[in-house]
Parts: sequence; C-alpha cells; structure tokens
Amino acid sequence: MMIAGLSHNAQWVLLGTLILGTAAGIIGCFAYWKRQSLMSDALSHASLPGVIIGFALVGSKNLPVMLAGAAAGALLGALLIHWIRSSSRIKEDAAMGIVLSVFFGFGIMLLTMVNRMAGAAQSGLDSFIFGQAASMVQRDVWLMSGLALLVLIVSIVAFKEWKLFLFDSAFAKGLGLSGRLMNALYMFCLVLVIVVGIQAVGVILMAALLITPAVSARYWTDSFGRMVILSAVFGGVSGAVGTVLSAYGSGWPTGPFIVLSAAALFVISLAFGARKGIVIQAVQQHRLRKELMKPKHERRAAEGGNAI
Amino acid sequence: MTSVLQVEGLSASYRKNKVLDNATFTVKPGTLTAIVGPNGAGKSTLLKTILELHPSLEGSVSFFGAPYVKVKSRVGYVPQRGSVDWDFPTDALDVVLMGLYGRIGWLRRPGKKHREQAMQALREMGMEEYASRQISQLSGGQQQRVFLARALVMDADLYLLDEPLAGVDAATEKAIMATLDLLKSRGKTVLVVHHDLQTVEDYFDHVLLLNRTVIAHGPTAETFTESQVHRAYGGTLRWKGVASG
Repeated sequence: MMIAGLSHNAQWVLLGTLILGTAAGIIGCFAYWKRQSLMSDALSHASLPGVIIGFALVGSKNLPVMLAGAAAGALLGALLIHWIRSSSRIKEDAAMGIVLSVFFGFGIMLLTMVNRMAGAAQSGLDSFIFGQAASMVQRDVWLMSGLALLVLIVSIVAFKEWKLFLFDSAFAKGLGLSGRLMNALYMFCLVLVIVVGIQAVGVILMAALLITPAVSARYWTDSFGRMVILSAVFGGVSGAVGTVLSAYGSGWPTGPFIVLSAAALFVISLAFGARKGIVIQAVQQHRLRKELMKPKHERRAAEGGNAI
Repeated sequence: MTSVLQVEGLSASYRKNKVLDNATFTVKPGTLTAIVGPNGAGKSTLLKTILELHPSLEGSVSFFGAPYVKVKSRVGYVPQRGSVDWDFPTDALDVVLMGLYGRIGWLRRPGKKHREQAMQALREMGMEEYASRQISQLSGGQQQRVFLARALVMDADLYLLDEPLAGVDAATEKAIMATLDLLKSRGKTVLVVHHDLQTVEDYFDHVLLLNRTVIAHGPTAETFTESQVHRAYGGTLRWKGVASG
C-alpha cells in the first residue's frame, strides 16, 4: 500500500521504523517486568561515544561499523553499571545515572571534535542524537529490519521461558533454565534494539520507545502474552506514525514524533484502559457508590430478595 | 538406604558477613524436617546455597548421592512468597503450569495434558475455583497454595520450602501441613524453613536447629529440647510460653 505524499525511500523507512517499534515494544515489556526500564535509557545514551568512534575509525559514514560501535558502547555501559553496583555501596539507580551522563557527555565531546574534521559535518552524525529516519537508505533499512526481526524471533520462540524467567528467576534456575543465559540473551536483545533504533529515534529518546508501549499495554490486559502483543502493536504504530508525521516537514527529526505518538497512545490507555484506566475506574466507583446509597430494602430486592 | 541430601562443611556469606559457617548434616528419606533458628541465622541462605542460588564459599552438597545439576528435576523448591512480584499479569493455573516447564521441554508449548495436571495440583490444594484468577487478586494464603501446587506438579522426591507458613491464615496452614504430610506418606522428603516454635512438635518429625551453623539435628523428640533451643536462640527466648533465661 502506498501512502500519499511519501517518497519511495520514505516508504522503506516506514517499514523499518514499524519493525523497530514492534521489537522495541516486546523488549520494553521484558525490561518493564525486569524492573529495568531505566537501564534502557542508560544504555542508549552510552551508545553515543561508540557511534562517533566507529565513524572516526572508518572516516566516513559506514552504518555497520557505527552500529557495532554503538553496541560496544552500550555493552561497556552495562558492564560498568554491573561492576559499580557489585563492587561498591552505590545502588543501581545511581550507577545508571553516572554511566548515562558520563558516556553521553563523552559522546557529545567526541561529536564536537569529529564534526570539525573534513566531511563530517555532512555525514549526519548529529542525527544520532534526536534521530533522522529520513537519512536512512534502503540498505540501512534492510540491516535494521534484519536485526529487529532477530529480536522478534528470539522473543517469540522462547516466550514461555521469558515468562518464567521474568516472573520467578530463582524457580527457573531450579528447573534448569540458566539465569546467566537468560540475562545474557536479554542484554543482547536490549542492546540490539537500541543499536537498531538510534539512527531513527536517536540516543536521547530511544528509551521512550522501549518504556512507553509496555506501560500503555499494562492498562489494557491481565495476561502477559496479550501485554507483549499489545506493547508490540503500540510500539509499531508509534514508530510508523512518528515517521509519517516527521516526513511531512523537511529536516524534522523523527525521534520526537515517534515518542509523542507513543505518549499519545499512553494518554489514551491511561484514560480508557480496560484494566485500570481512569474512566473505567471512575465509572465503577460511581456505580458502587450508587449501589451503596440505595436504601437497604431496595438493595435486597435487587439481589433477588434472598439476602437476609 | 542412601541419604536424600548430604551437606558437608557448607559456608556462605553476604558481602563480608559469614551467615553460614561450616554447616554439616544429612537428611534421611521420608522425613519431614523443620529448619528452625533466630532471625539472621542463615535459614533461607542455607536453602539458597544448597540449591546453588547463592554462591558457597566452601563445602559440598549432594542430592541422592549426585551433584545438583544431575538431579534438578527430582528437587522441588518453594521460594518465599515475597520473592516474586505478584502484580505480574498471569493467573493461578499459569503459575502452576510453570512447575511442568522442565518436563514439557524448553521451547515447547504446554498441552492439554499439562493443563489437566496443573489443574489436579490446584485441586489438591483446594484452589480449583481460583484457577483463572489473577495472582494479584489472591490472598497471601492462596498465593502460598499456588506456589505449593506448582511444586506438587513437579512430582519431585525432595521438597525444600522457604517459610511456607509465614503470614498465612489458619485454614491455609492446615491445608499446607496436610499436603506436606501427604507428600511424606508418599515417601517424599520435605525440608521446611519454619519460624513458629510453638508448632514444631506438632508438625515435624525432625528438627534442624540452625544459628549460622548446625546447632542440633535429629528426631524432634530428642532434638527439640529447651537446652538445645536455648543454644540456638540465646537467652531471650520464651520457652513454651514461659519466660526464661
């Protein structure tokens, strides 16, 4: 299906952000139940210096190298957070705060330096901060979609194992499901989604695409499976809608539009969500109050008259 | 007859504090043992270290004469109720099904047969009508029964339970103890971290008194004596409702 007003390239980009959003929605659900939503924010910020170093090493915009750099940066950030937490009295949230700001600051410093190099200003390095889906070409989309599909497959094939691991990792271990393996797999998927997403969404806002769809989905369902599916749908829709909106202006960054789309879905979920939406709760409370305000004999009559 | 569980010289620590020091004991098959000791005595740590959920500093553990990895499916663990997030979006039956995941096989989906087995375990715990209830909407006692049903469905030979009677109502306490007795009558071995000294003699045939190391271990009648319990608890204990010490 062709979407009016979008160039051929933009349609490819749209497909890419749709798949990206879907993968982010799923991994975001896992992060939500691992109580590690903020970790995704720390890791995406930590990937920035890796991107710039990747660029500086090759001297031109080579996406695979830059994404490898981003993955290295994010993994180094994850290792540092783990190390700070386990070897000092500093708690995890503080460790994440430290890693996030230091890595991001370092990345911005490198970016400023590299931007002075010849040809760098045109390379679109800045787009990695707020995201610029329009700067992607078909080859980038293929790479991104391939990686995101890999994440999708890993989550779907081992769905039962993810659920067990996220609900009760100690019990999972007793059944022979290695906690180390699952943690490594989780970290692998999380870093992959971040790396895939930073070109389109940017390092600053990437975490919003991971966190928001999962939080929105929680308002609609009491089943883990349905929550993951809904989160994937919300993520995919946010990715696609944000891309389309940003394509209507020239040079508009994609990240903010994707995040605002995700936020709009969140506001709708918060208000009308079937599980704990504000409106539903208000209606239920109103009904309950009305029921309790009724005179006793009426209530008895309403219950069929057999309550004595 | 070989021992079900043999622990030798087991030590473990949290950061720099040695919470478990040179614990040695052997559990005989078909026994129902209470692990009793004051707060911070290392009761939960003992279970976790035995199950390799917490690293040991030294010592060895063997199950049925074999290392843990070889016999995982014969060992059922019921963690403390507070160890998981009960807000997790799932229902009671689904949690019980998790006990079958090892037998279903990794990456495979549970079938109708497994669902029926899980249902049967819920039935044994008197929880059949709550099968499709969200776990967040169960009472503490009901949650504990779901955990026990999940262990039952594993059909293990040795069960390790961490404070299954903590914060549950009288009805649940009865149901849980009835289940443990049933397991024992089927020849299973059960080890329970227990906090209520008043009920030890009624519920358990063996006692392991723990305070960082094993103070005493054996049949309840011989082991659960005032002097031994005093050694484990120190001077602040009220023995059978009478202040002493």
